[in-house]
Amino acid sequence: MIEIENLRFAWPRAAHDCVALDRLKIAAGSTLFLYGPSGGGKSTLLGLLAGVLLPREGRVALLGQDWSQLSSARRDAFRADHLGYIFQQFNLLPYLSVLDNVLLPCRFSSLRRERAAKRSGSMQADAGSLLARIGLAEGLWRRPAAELSVGQQQRVAAARALIGAPEVVIADEPTSALDAPLRDGFMQVLLGEIRSAGSALVFVSHDERLASRFDAQVSLASINQATTQEVSV
Amino acid sequence: MTPLFSLALRSAWNRRGTLSLVAASIALATLLLLSFERMRADVRESFSQAVSGTDLIVGARTGPVQLMLYAVFRVGGATNNIRMSSVQTLSEHRAVAWVVPISLGDSHRGFPVLGTTPGYFQHFLYADRQPLALAQGQPFRGDLDGLYETVLGAEVAQRLGYRLGQRITLSHGSGAAPGMEHGDKPFTVTGILARTGTPVDRTVHVSLQAIQAIHLDWVGGAPVRGLAIPAERARQFDLEPTEVTAALVGLKNRAAVFAVQRHVATFSDEPLLAVLPGVALDELWEVVGVGERALLGMSAMVGFVSLAGLVAVVLAGLNERRRELAVLRAVGAGPRHVLLLLASEGALVTLLGVALGSLLTLVFIAAAGSWMQTRFGITLQLSAPSGTQWLVLASVLLAGLLASLVPALRAYRLSLADGLSPRI
Repeated sequence: MIEIENLRFAWPRAAHDCVALDRLKIAAGSTLFLYGPSGGGKSTLLGLLAGVLLPREGRVALLGQDWSQLSSARRDAFRADHLGYIFQQFNLLPYLSVLDNVLLPCRFSSLRRERAAKRSGSMQADAGSLLARIGLAEGLWRRPAAELSVGQQQRVAAARALIGAPEVVIADEPTSALDAPLRDGFMQVLLGEIRSAGSALVFVSHDERLASRFDAQVSLASINQATTQEVSV
Repeated sequence: MTPLFSLALRSAWNRRGTLSLVAASIALATLLLLSFERMRADVRESFSQAVSGTDLIVGARTGPVQLMLYAVFRVGGATNNIRMSSVQTLSEHRAVAWVVPISLGDSHRGFPVLGTTPGYFQHFLYADRQPLALAQGQPFRGDLDGLYETVLGAEVAQRLGYRLGQRITLSHGSGAAPGMEHGDKPFTVTGILARTGTPVDRTVHVSLQAIQAIHLDWVGGAPVRGLAIPAERARQFDLEPTEVTAALVGLKNRAAVFAVQRHVATFSDEPLLAVLPGVALDELWEVVGVGERALLGMSAMVGFVSLAGLVAVVLAGLNERRRELAVLRAVGAGPRHVLLLLASEGALVTLLGVALGSLLTLVFIAAAGSWMQTRFGITLQLSAPSGTQWLVLASVLLAGLLASLVPALRAYRLSLADGLSPRI
């Protein structure tokens, strides 16, 4: 599903590599908890996984496709087709309705549009059923996303990452802005939906209390830089 | 690209407050550029339509432009009159086909009064050598019986609601000073001219003798106290004018025009000037051209400033939107989508501004048109954009597109550098 081999990445004008990762494999449908302190190259690694950044050396492949082999336009299209992404916060476009925010990936990917339509009849219906399952009342669907609470916004972001069942979902500290009850509710909804969609999840957080909910846990510090440890999930 | 455009639309709607201000300033620039171009074209058109078939205009020595402006457009004033005897002599020149003397100075409710001979209605041509036509009635007779008869231009009759047979009185000078009325000698409307779209429409025509008659009891621009000559008694005086303001001259053969012009310029009895209307018009455009270019430059500056405003507003908003760009990147938008998004936003605002500006121009021309017609005899045409106007519209749009590329390219670079983690 996701394969990383001998990855080396440095920011332009930086003297040292920011990410050096010899081997990381994530199987289809599995969930990985990646923990580590802020500034440990987490966001950079996620950028590499999402094909927004390209490694200086080595290989990052999604579904067997090496990102480096694709043109920049093809990378964008491939990302739209196969990847869902949840940010720490400010996930939604404030000027779109909740429903349109969820449907955003379908604007860029016909594959996900078709998958969503196949599952529920139409992509709007699929977005609706996702929103219903994550517990967002139907009255809110047509409201501007800016009117939602932070907890609701993160749930909508999860629904957006999941629509059209992409093979991989990446979540970058999605619970850090949530308090404990909200966080637990979010985790339950996210993991439930990930499992029912059969997607793989890469979840980055420094909150190690969440780790037990995942199939595998990896400390970024232990695999990044000067480490030859092989990680297989 | 359709989904992207609808995103641009909604994103712009979200910031409609500032963006509509920018659109309004672009609309204003468009209004300026378009109406300026329309006025420029229509003023030239009106002026060049105003007289044709007249080979020379003869008057007292002054600037050629001034003479033509006064004799044809009733703008400005005459420095001096010319003697009727000179007009007489000129009409005997073998190359001259006709001479129509004209006498200006009085007015009727703001419309200029022109004293002339019945020959005016035969010889005066406008536009494409079209003669004057009467919509109603007939020309004044030009003899003593028809002394107090007047023929109105179409605009005068329409504006003041005059009909045939109505009696009107004239004012001395521009009619601005109170009590300067020729109220004792009313005129009867005998004819109303068909519309020409020239200054003739705004003119009240009477005979030269009538001008003489209403000034019998006036000296030095004011009525003489105790000397009032009633309208009927005026007929017993010698009403042949000794002086007129200017004369329109038609030649038998246009080839003689320079010879006659020279003949007039070297006239021995008094200093005279003869101008070719076309040449004087060209001279006028040269003078006006400087002002026109200055105005055009100003309008272009307004356009430039409003587009600079567009760039500034979109650029300033860009930093706050880096999150938005990252979200778009995460759902599969490429940097080129971001570029298109920003560019189409700018194009949208420009398009809106230009459309609004065109609409405003129509409203403005519809509103100012009748005022311009009454005041200056210039017909503004409420028609489809001319070639030059299309050019103006296209240049504003193109400039707007180019201007939108500035923030668009910046957003492109930002989204390349930021990727999914904007460094704010």
